[in-house]
Amino acid sequence: MRSHTRWMAVASGCSVALFAAGATAAGAQEAHIGKLTGHAAAGEKLYQRYCAGCHGAAGDGAGENAPWIDPKPRDFTLAVFKCRSTPTGTLPTDEDLFTSMTRGFVTTNMPPWLPLTSQNRADLVAYVKTFSPKWKTLKPGTPITIPPEPRLTIESILHGRQLYQRMECWKCHGPQGHADGPSSATLTDNKELPIRAYDFATGSRFMCGVTNVDLYRIFMTGMDGSPMPSFVDDIQPAEAWDLVHFLRTMQPLKTPEAALWKAWLASHAGELKPIGPGGSAP
Amino acid sequence: MITWFLKGTGGARWSWFLTGACVAAATVVTGRQPAYTAYSLDVHTRMAIPAFARKYGLPCSACHTAWPELSAFGQAFKDRGYQLGNDRDSPIFQNNAYFPLALRTTPQGHLESTTHQPIDPAPSEKTITQTGFDLSGVDFLMLGTLLKDITFGLVTTLDADGTAGLEAAFVRFDNLGHSPWANLRVGKFELDNLFSEKRFTWLSNNGGFLYAYHYEPAGSVDNYAFGLGDNQIGAEFSGHSSNSYTRYSVSVLTTDDGEAGLPGGKSMDAMFALSQAFPLGGGLGPQRVGVFGYLGHRPTTFEASGGEPIPGTGTDNKSFLRIGATAQIWLGNLELIPLVSHAQDDTALGGGPEKPAWNTAMLEAHYVANPRLLVQGRYELLRISKQADPATPKTFGDADAIALGVRYYPFMFSRDGMALHGEFAMTRTTGMAPLSGDGSGVDALDPATKVWSRSLLLAFDFAF
Repeated sequence: MRSHTRWMAVASGCSVALFAAGATAAGAQEAHIGKLTGHAAAGEKLYQRYCAGCHGAAGDGAGENAPWIDPKPRDFTLAVFKCRSTPTGTLPTDEDLFTSMTRGFVTTNMPPWLPLTSQNRADLVAYVKTFSPKWKTLKPGTPITIPPEPRLTIESILHGRQLYQRMECWKCHGPQGHADGPSSATLTDNKELPIRAYDFATGSRFMCGVTNVDLYRIFMTGMDGSPMPSFVDDIQPAEAWDLVHFLRTMQPLKTPEAALWKAWLASHAGELKPIGPGGSAP
Repeated sequence: MITWFLKGTGGARWSWFLTGACVAAATVVTGRQPAYTAYSLDVHTRMAIPAFARKYGLPCSACHTAWPELSAFGQAFKDRGYQLGNDRDSPIFQNNAYFPLALRTTPQGHLESTTHQPIDPAPSEKTITQTGFDLSGVDFLMLGTLLKDITFGLVTTLDADGTAGLEAAFVRFDNLGHSPWANLRVGKFELDNLFSEKRFTWLSNNGGFLYAYHYEPAGSVDNYAFGLGDNQIGAEFSGHSSNSYTRYSVSVLTTDDGEAGLPGGKSMDAMFALSQAFPLGGGLGPQRVGVFGYLGHRPTTFEASGGEPIPGTGTDNKSFLRIGATAQIWLGNLELIPLVSHAQDDTALGGGPEKPAWNTAMLEAHYVANPRLLVQGRYELLRISKQADPATPKTFGDADAIALGVRYYPFMFSRDGMALHGEFAMTRTTGMAPLSGDGSGVDALDPATKVWSRSLLLAFDFAF
């Protein structure tokens, strides 16, 4: 009995020591965004105040509100993130997480946390990184290189339209970009939960940004954890810009791409072949 | 404060002692949970809206440092027209079962004690002590979006005696021209006070309002009613930066202190507020400074019929002015809110040969230990700089107010909220009855008398 008690005491002591070490390691996690250094210890209180309701106190995406939210909150324990500047399969940079938090995700319940101070957001990034051991064993990927955007031409848009057909973007996003492709209803994320393709008719903002550069980055890095793959091995950078130019024409916006496309269509609409099964755009 | 406490009459002092002992005993009996009862002057005007939490799935603590006070995120949410800025803002995206309604009320017990209260037979004075369990009114808070970028607000109230009221009713057009710098609101609404009485964390008779927002000098004419903390009717044009660190608003308002039916004159009041926040330090929010001003008018002549003034025919308007500055300073979890103001009325409104003028200064401190525990204190002073009647003692109307309180939220999630609220508030007015209305509500017999009014409030403050 005494021996048993002694072993219990030793085990308890080890547990306390391990817990303390873990807590210290978690508290020591940092994030670096420009000149800012975020500290997990400070971020923990902020996380409980702002984030735990959806993402859960354990960061597993199982907060009290998670059952009522669609799409579901991110599970930070997996360290898989959609919006990155880094190649598919790699961890995002601290700046990526900071930017995502600041911008929010327009198609979800995640609001833009811009009203929080930059220091607060940096602290939160540091704390989010404590939920997965990957942040201790792996380094973030190197951000992809994005070449300067070439001049907009009708040839670029038409080539982008060809790519939209050839890369089978239409299967999820639909022939007109309305998220009504034949595969759209079957999409699931990495937790086997239903997920929707992006509907280009909904406005100016994408989940991971709003600019042409953001759009380029989305399909060259892919959106890990979703069915949206990375196309970096399938298309060349110049082609990627062509695809950007075409995708912009699908949005209900007054963009240079839309204006050029509308003007061209006025006299050439009959030359276009439909996008979709068996299609061979243009 | 101790000195003030001891200045009470013997009976009042024992009453306070007994009450304090009961509270302490109850605290011991119930373990770590303090025992609470309470009172509220007009808690029905306080804003905390769980309907938003239900709509967006966010906990109370996202928008409130300690509800109902707004955090920087909550302020930005309000400035955007109660919208998060994602595609879930329009009600068309809500479950059909969702209804933008929240209710708030506060069962309470309270004790009020006011010295030097004139009683019968005249001339006699006495300390009046009133105590018991009580009810606040009920707020029916309905605010939300009619459509993306079209916001509505409808706040009806039901006082404990059954009197119904319309506290707020407005439509707001947000992001005009797709710019956060242009928003238009029309109807009855809270002024863009940088320190909001509707969202502050005090509920007692003597603690539940600011002298800076409600004081009117002695001798003011009857038809002159105004409170900077009162909701007003008019139109407000406002704007803000994307994070609401920079904010402005200008308003034109009817001259009737928020009374519907156009009972006042044909002139208009005007208000502006401007503030700027700076992301400095590691506190719970940014550091903010701001200024505000209100130029009002009140008619002094009415058309009459049968000797009775005809509503809405007021002319010969005379002006009054309120200007001030405030700040919000975060030192870690400690929030400091200073506020200074100056006020002046026209002679025709003051009822004397001079333009009455007064100044106020306030410092409020919140220690937000965590989203579920707030410890707070406030000190405010009001000093008359010029009486309307030079024969009136210069100190007549001076006021000092102090309040201490704690709010504990036993749970915090996104469906509703409850706070166990304890508060002690005390005012000292010179000659005048306290603005709380406690006691007989009549000025002391001697204009130099210091009138002490104290409130002890213990309440269950809940919103669903």
